Amino acid sequence: MPDSAVIADGLHARAAASTGSLPIRFEGIDFAVGATHILSGVELELHAGGPTVLMGPNGSGKTTLLKLAMGLLTPTAGSITFDGASHAPARARAIMFQKPVMLRRSVAANIAFALEAAGRPSSTSDIRRLLDLAHIAPLAERPARRLSGGEQQRLALARALAREPQVLFLDEPTASLDPSSTKLVEEIISQVSASGVKIVMSTHDLGQARRLAHEIVFMAGGRVVEHEPAASFFNQPATEEARRFLAGELVV
Amino acid sequence: MDGVGALDLILSGDRTLFAIVRLSLLVTLSATLLAAVVGMPLGATVALTRFPGRDAAIVMLNGLMGLPPVVVGLLVFLALSRSGPLGSPGILFTPTAMIIAQAVLIAPIIAALTRQLVEDLWAEYRDELTAMEVGPLARVKTLLWDARFSLVTIGLAGFGRAAAEVGAVMIVGGNIDGFTRVMTTTIALETSKGNLALAIGLGLVLITLIMAVNAIAWGVRQWAERHAG
Ligand SMILES: Nc1ncnc2c1ncn2[C@@H]1O[C@H](COP(=O)(O)OP(=O)(O)O)[C@@H](O)[C@H]1O
Ligand SMILES: [Mg+2]
Repeated sequence: MPDSAVIADGLHARAAASTGSLPIRFEGIDFAVGATHILSGVELELHAGGPTVLMGPNGSGKTTLLKLAMGLLTPTAGSITFDGASHAPARARAIMFQKPVMLRRSVAANIAFALEAAGRPSSTSDIRRLLDLAHIAPLAERPARRLSGGEQQRLALARALAREPQVLFLDEPTASLDPSSTKLVEEIISQVSASGVKIVMSTHDLGQARRLAHEIVFMAGGRVVEHEPAASFFNQPATEEARRFLAGELVV
Repeated sequence: MDGVGALDLILSGDRTLFAIVRLSLLVTLSATLLAAVVGMPLGATVALTRFPGRDAAIVMLNGLMGLPPVVVGLLVFLALSRSGPLGSPGILFTPTAMIIAQAVLIAPIIAALTRQLVEDLWAEYRDELTAMEVGPLARVKTLLWDARFSLVTIGLAGFGRAAAEVGAVMIVGGNIDGFTRVMTTTIALETSKGNLALAIGLGLVLITLIMAVNAIAWGVRQWAERHAG
């Protein structure tokens, strides 16, 4: 995949050259909707390096944490800083949602839109490289909303990468995909990570977490319960909740 | 007998009949264009901004969709008459006055439908567009573009309503022979005079037109389904 390597180099160059958005520091983060506390007292530091994988049962607050980090939600209390600043540099972050929304345009036009929104001209060659990277080049002229779930997910990934982010948030990137699409997406994630982009992703797929994670943030009930290097989390989880989660038991 | 006469008028290309059809199309197309130019951005703005009294504004906008054409005609008549606020001489009883009246009639319909459409699309797009750091102006542009096929349908709905109304154009146009007579007002007048051939002929044209508009709306929707999702 020579084109992918070129993209990866581009990402790497930008990640190194830009003013930093890392570490991302969550301090005393509460997030409530009305009387419902969704996140409570979250303290977390995310540093440059390999992928950080958020794990935890459904409803533990993974999506909410990613949206807060992306600036799509505002914490009820506490602060999030990026390399010490209260705002991340413009265009430093990108996110792929669990159920990405396709613009009502062609696949190529979706990518062109993302490029332009990121302030760069949507050159045919840039579009082409992103299409190739996401393995959707043959679909370029198809209406995006007519793609399969897996194809839409990869288009969303291409759109996110069009921003050449320093940090890429991925919310359950393969939750609805078949094994071969999952494998493709994991390969792209590894490649992007290797190019120096910080990956912060959630997953409920233990195998995927083992394959991709450099470190694990384990959440339960709106709290960060563990934050460990991947190896120690999987070999000797520190908490009872994590042990039960890894054993496939329901954690409430 | 009258029906045959009506068909004869249409098929023989009767000058009076076609002059009336032409004026009707001119007035209603212009009114639709005017109402869309005002109503669509207005609807999109209400959809995307939060201001005090917004809920009341939306209820009022939705209510204005049901304005009776005669009332709109009366209001525009008062506004354009010599003593009215816009009483520039010479507009009343001209096609211009008719365009204004129909535009006033359907602008709230177009604005209210656009508001709902854009608001629903924004709910769907909000997170993605915010994450892509799309600015406020580009946001409006994106939503209107991605709603383009539905907007065409909304425009056609406005056109249909304007083409079918009698009261507003009757009051501000005056139904002057050869000058401000459109299909609906002519049908009303000629029927009462017993000249059924012309009335039926225009009725047939009007029905065909409304059917065509709906066929176009359907076609646009089908095309959009296949080509834009
Ligand atoms: N806007 C909201 N209003 C009320 N409850 C919410 C809202 N958003 C999320 N929640 C609740 O917060 C909890 C955490 O949600 P989420 O962050 O999506 O968890 P996860 O991604 O780990 O499954 C869930 O119980 C969810 O129902
Ligand atoms: Mg989630």
